[in-house]
Amino acid sequence: MTALAAPAPPRRRRRSTDGRDAWLLVLPALLPVMLFSVYPLVYGVLLGFTDAEAGLNAETHFNGLDNYVALAGNELFWNSFKIGLIWAFSVTVLQFLASLGLALLLNLDLRLRWLARTLALIPWAMPPVIIAIMWQLMLNPNYGPVNRTLESLGLPSAINWLGESAIALSVVIVVGVWAGMPQTTVTLLAGLQSVPAELNEAAAIDGASTWRRFWHVTLPALRPIITAITTLDLIWNFNSFALVFVLTAGGPGGTTMLPSLFAYNEAFRYGNFGYAAAMGNVMVILIGAFLFLYLRAQMRRRFQ
Amino acid sequence: MRKNPFSRPFQYLALLAYMVFLAFPLVFLLTTAFKTDREIRSPDPSFLPQTLNFDNFTAAIERADLFRAAGNSLLTAVTTTVIVTAVSLPAAYALVRFRTKMRAVATGWILLSQVFPFILIIIPLFLLLKNIGLVNTLLGLVLVYAVWALPFALWMLQGYVAAIPVELEEASAVDGAGRLKTLWKIVLPLLAPGLVATSLFTFINSWNEFFFALVLIQDPDMQTLPLALARFVGAEGQVQLGPLAAAALIACVPSLVFFMLIQKRLTAGLLSGAVKG
Repeated sequence: MTALAAPAPPRRRRRSTDGRDAWLLVLPALLPVMLFSVYPLVYGVLLGFTDAEAGLNAETHFNGLDNYVALAGNELFWNSFKIGLIWAFSVTVLQFLASLGLALLLNLDLRLRWLARTLALIPWAMPPVIIAIMWQLMLNPNYGPVNRTLESLGLPSAINWLGESAIALSVVIVVGVWAGMPQTTVTLLAGLQSVPAELNEAAAIDGASTWRRFWHVTLPALRPIITAITTLDLIWNFNSFALVFVLTAGGPGGTTMLPSLFAYNEAFRYGNFGYAAAMGNVMVILIGAFLFLYLRAQMRRRFQ
Repeated sequence: MRKNPFSRPFQYLALLAYMVFLAFPLVFLLTTAFKTDREIRSPDPSFLPQTLNFDNFTAAIERADLFRAAGNSLLTAVTTTVIVTAVSLPAAYALVRFRTKMRAVATGWILLSQVFPFILIIIPLFLLLKNIGLVNTLLGLVLVYAVWALPFALWMLQGYVAAIPVELEEASAVDGAGRLKTLWKIVLPLLAPGLVATSLFTFINSWNEFFFALVLIQDPDMQTLPLALARFVGAEGQVQLGPLAAAALIACVPSLVFFMLIQKRLTAGLLSGAVKG
């Protein structure tokens, strides 16, 4: 380890030893990541082109595009895909609007701001499983406070929020918004605080109303942050699993069956590994294509 | 500046609405955990529990499966954190100080790995771990958690390393301190807050994780707390609402404590990592 003990300051060291030292330090991180995440990911993509099944004696063969031909005619999958899109877009948009409102309020000089800020962070600290359990208690048809409040107001109160196929998806979306608000609020708040106050003051002196200042000064300054957080939220929401798995497990009648749940069932309930991996590939391609278009549109807008 | 006279009350009203929406589920969970079963089911419920009774908590702790699951979660999360911290600290330092291309690659990998649905990763991981006999073991789970926590820990730590002026190290070298001594006496103390934040973050992520555990652990003796709770809510949870609420609260304690500790630094820390990473 003589190289490590050399007293020369790091910046002026010769390049060759630099490289070797760096590799020595990085290797313990690199090897396991290669072995247990890069390799499985590549393997997973390839599995989507095979007939792999769970079980000891099942032999695996490449079957080209067979999985995708089968998938194209699988109405249940596309239905689940549609549910996934509705879920991901609704949660992302509602989450963004709600968080933007909250971030704007938290950015004002209001009393009790610290309390609201702390409260806004707490869902972040909670495991999705616990959030799901908590909302199950809230929405319990017999003893939950939601129905009891409705009852005391004299409104219809025998609603089975998570068991009614007409409303279950909307209810799950509300829980999704609740669970995801902290990250978005904190990010937007940080963005708001980095908007120079002088800009707003100048606009105010020029006679711009609060609304016009928000629309023409604050929002354009926030745009890069908005693009980043909505993109991330969309990816996270589309791939989310635990919350809905514990809340409804995809029911009632498959109305909340997100594609991640659908693929999980295909793989680990029915043992069709290859077919499930093919679903994963389709999900990546479609969500990737969407992200590409969205980010390109945002980039163009910025450079116009 | 022009001010709308109605805007202040309206702002407070909106803030109040947000606070109710965000806090009510939490307060309800808290009060339920202290209520007796009769209070929970009473046709005319009071908002606060009549007495502060801890029966639900003792009932939750006395359940052997939940207690064992909490132990499994703790063991898994602590081991993961130790491994991830030990491996990512030198790597983060090297990535920042030696200006290799690896930094861009690491960041790229973090972003890329977010886009891929977990189903694509979990099937091969399951097969891989099955081949080396690590399915249904906490060791297998630790391995998977560590690998998935590593890129993010690296990314976070890089931000903290980059914030330390390289001049400090150069000054120490000029004063005749060796490389190792400089790292030990100068860099490590300055990195301590970042190291604490990163390792706590890793701990919480492992403690809360559900999906990998769901697939990789089938043996009830090996299940982690989120798994045990999810099974509990599916099986008897609908009947035992009080103990369920108590167990859910207990499961939140580590992350809530963590967030209280870093609350103020959260915005600043994550963003400095983002800008410099």
